[in-house]
Amino acid sequence: MSHLRPVPNDPPSEEGGSPSAHLADLLKRASRGDEAAFAELYDATSSRAFGLAVRVLRDRAQAEEVTQESYLDCWRHASRFDVTKGSAISWLLTIVHRKAVDRVRSAEASGRRDAAYGHREMTVPHDETAEAATASLDAGRVRTALAHLTTKQREAVELAFLGGYTHTEVATLLDLPIGTAKTRIRDGLIRMRDALGVGEVAQA
Amino acid sequence: MSDIHALSGAYAVDALDDAERTQFEQHLSVCPECRAEVASFRETAALMSDLEAGEEPPASLRASVLAGISQVRPFPPETPETPETPQVASAAHRTSVVTLRRRMLPTLVAAAAVVLLALGTFAWHPWQQGGGTSLADQIRQAPDAVSVTEPVPGGGKLTIIRSASLKRAVLIGSHVPAAKAGTTYQMWLQQPGQGMVSAGLMPDAEKPTVLTGDAATARAAAVSVEPEAGSATPTGPVIALFPLKSGASGNGAA
Repeated sequence: MSHLRPVPNDPPSEEGGSPSAHLADLLKRASRGDEAAFAELYDATSSRAFGLAVRVLRDRAQAEEVTQESYLDCWRHASRFDVTKGSAISWLLTIVHRKAVDRVRSAEASGRRDAAYGHREMTVPHDETAEAATASLDAGRVRTALAHLTTKQREAVELAFLGGYTHTEVATLLDLPIGTAKTRIRDGLIRMRDALGVGEVAQA
Repeated sequence: MSDIHALSGAYAVDALDDAERTQFEQHLSVCPECRAEVASFRETAALMSDLEAGEEPPASLRASVLAGISQVRPFPPETPETPETPQVASAAHRTSVVTLRRRMLPTLVAAAAVVLLALGTFAWHPWQQGGGTSLADQIRQAPDAVSVTEPVPGGGKLTIIRSASLKRAVLIGSHVPAAKAGTTYQMWLQQPGQGMVSAGLMPDAEKPTVLTGDAATARAAAVSVEPEAGSATPTGPVIALFPLKSGASGNGAA
């Protein structure tokens, strides 16, 4: 089924050109209080932000709260975004992921996570918008990159990033000695990064 | 020594517990290689989340977000910091104070037993060290925050602020001379039965630095001068020592 939603305008070719530069520009404008730029940023990124929150939390209502909090933080802290230190989408998703993980860990105490575990394999409705088509191209690249990982590396990275588990918990889940999972997560990320051709970001 | 670097992957995907996270962030402040690696991992993870895209948020969320931002002004950018204070410490002076202070440690070890509580979970922002609702600010603003200030032998003073309910403490220096080249300030918490346990490095004493470890169970906190890479136990001069009362009961009494 297809979801009706506005398809974001194509990035303006006069400024930056790439979608990544466009998002960075929107964030910069948002830091000066440009609400229209922020709305555009939301439209271009919300399906990824919300999708990630749903994946980690496995609960749409909580994912909505986390997504809303994240965008509000993103708005308030937009001036801290530094394009020389990473992309806008990575900056945004780092905020979303951190909030989702913090929430899933605090929810653990009340046992919610176990109850929600059955939703893990929740099917995602197929989306036919232009944005989804672009995303699926990227998704294809990511699937190819994931194939470069050993099964064990992939399990460790997925449990940590998408499952929201600590490396110590990942070690226990995978019957690894404590301290091994962190190495596996790092090795997996290195392989994936190199397969995707993500350059190391220059740091001041 | 390279062990801390191995945490970069787990840090980038938020797979560290709070204590490890604080420790690694202190390492990040002095390790450009790890900063670059973490940034590259975050870009990778962002691409990985493409696999999860396609889950459309409801239109009501867009309306809430846009209504929310219209109520608040974005924070101003961070402005450049002032240069470091020149090194003026007198080593001789420090050493004499240290000898005295070291003698106090066994007394502190014998302090009353405290209740151990599990570490809480903190929601704070990955991209900032200060401002906003950083952990340092959360501690400072906690209703049960208690501060103690000690003069530093070489000049200036150090203040520790502890929140028993958050179980964490933050150190802030004022006019404390920068550590000499090749050395750094290192923070310590004296834990029951364990003696002085490293609570992380404090490369810049003028910046609020959160101590790693449970500050509610600790009986004392200290700052010493150590080789740049840090030490497993205090080896250099102790420039400040803060006796801490048992705060693990979590009462909010001021």
